[in-house]
Amino acid sequence: MRKAAAYLDSASSEPLHPAARETLSAAYERGYADPRRLHGPGRDARLLLDNARAVVAECLGVRADEVTFTPSGTDAVHRGLLGLRRTGAVGHASVAHTAVEHSSVVHAATWAGAAREIPVDRLGRVDPAAVPADAGVVAVQSANHEVGTLQPVANLHTAAPLFVDACASMGRLPLPGGWAALAGSAHKWGGPAGVGVLVVRKGTRWVNPFPGDDRIDERTCGFENVPAALAAAAALRAVVEKREEVNARQFALVERIREAAALIPDVEVVGDPVERLPHLVTFSCLYVDGEALVTELDKRGYGVASGSACTASTLTPSRVLEAMGVLTHGNVRVSLTRDTTEEDVDGFLAALPEVVRDLRAQVGL
Amino acid sequence: MAGPTTVDLELDCRGMLCPVPVIHLGKRYAEVPVGGLIGVVATDVAARTDVPAWCRMRGQEYVGEDAAPDGTPRYLVRRLR
Repeated sequence: MRKAAAYLDSASSEPLHPAARETLSAAYERGYADPRRLHGPGRDARLLLDNARAVVAECLGVRADEVTFTPSGTDAVHRGLLGLRRTGAVGHASVAHTAVEHSSVVHAATWAGAAREIPVDRLGRVDPAAVPADAGVVAVQSANHEVGTLQPVANLHTAAPLFVDACASMGRLPLPGGWAALAGSAHKWGGPAGVGVLVVRKGTRWVNPFPGDDRIDERTCGFENVPAALAAAAALRAVVEKREEVNARQFALVERIREAAALIPDVEVVGDPVERLPHLVTFSCLYVDGEALVTELDKRGYGVASGSACTASTLTPSRVLEAMGVLTHGNVRVSLTRDTTEEDVDGFLAALPEVVRDLRAQVGL
Repeated sequence: MAGPTTVDLELDCRGMLCPVPVIHLGKRYAEVPVGGLIGVVATDVAARTDVPAWCRMRGQEYVGEDAAPDGTPRYLVRRLR
């Protein structure tokens, strides 16, 4: 029997980076106190929190006072996006977002009311000319979390403040420019879960859209998870330091998966082949149930995700695939971890055609 | 689309979940001659994306969407090959 082969779902969550693990245990020793208190342990916690903020700011190329740690990436998205709305101005509270945003953006925009979708092309890319000029806030992701396509954030030049969901790319790629607020999520780069990063550009008119809290950083709420923030920062630094090498390796491995998957009959590889995240690829297999694909690949030791409706409780297909106009069933998203090897990819590519053929044979095709 | 369209083959895929409507289409489209029209009647919302995608991948023509008499969406496909 084949050994448990490979977890290929880093886009859902990257395994904890060793740098984060080391930092965590040390930080739990020193970072337990309330960073607002003036006693020694409080000052210690404050020092660690400020340090985490400084490291993240340096890695992202932003100012430390622009960085806020939030309880999750989703929370950073909600705060970042909704805080940019001009709620007082009539007609300017609406949010225009691309049709391929992460659900956290869509939920926030819908919650705010008057959300509008900006269409994308077959690759999942938004046309800067399609961004409405009269929106109150514009939300465009840095890169798509399902298909990997990079968005032309730097070419947007919106009149309205721009919110960028950078959860899929933070740490892996430098941040684009032109945004007023931006969000990231630590567990997607190998930090611990429960740490979001909100960056609000200095001078931006941003108003906390939720009840306030009495914390060091007024943009967030809840008792600060200082050890996790510090571990997230340590992982981010380690990832940024090595990203040139890791990205090149992952880009080439993904290229191999794209080529091999496209050779299987009636399989369509989607998303931009070049202007994309280095570690992620999505393809759809005609006549195959997405859940069955995930289950069969899992039996062979490969952990992948699927955007097919058959795998979702809602029975609605992936909005991303739908907006792109590509096949929504038989969908597989493969995302490499920093440790994915050529051997892992070889094994996956050996298993895949077999699995697809067997599942098609079961339905007589 | 204005007015009801006459199809050469209608596939009743009501109540079927993805990918079953497209599996039916893939198995049965060849029952009509080249140039013939097939209607896929499907309640599954994924069919709205997947039938046009099937046409693109298989080199067939997606004609558009109308509705069955009961209001269920019907997706029209012309066999080109």
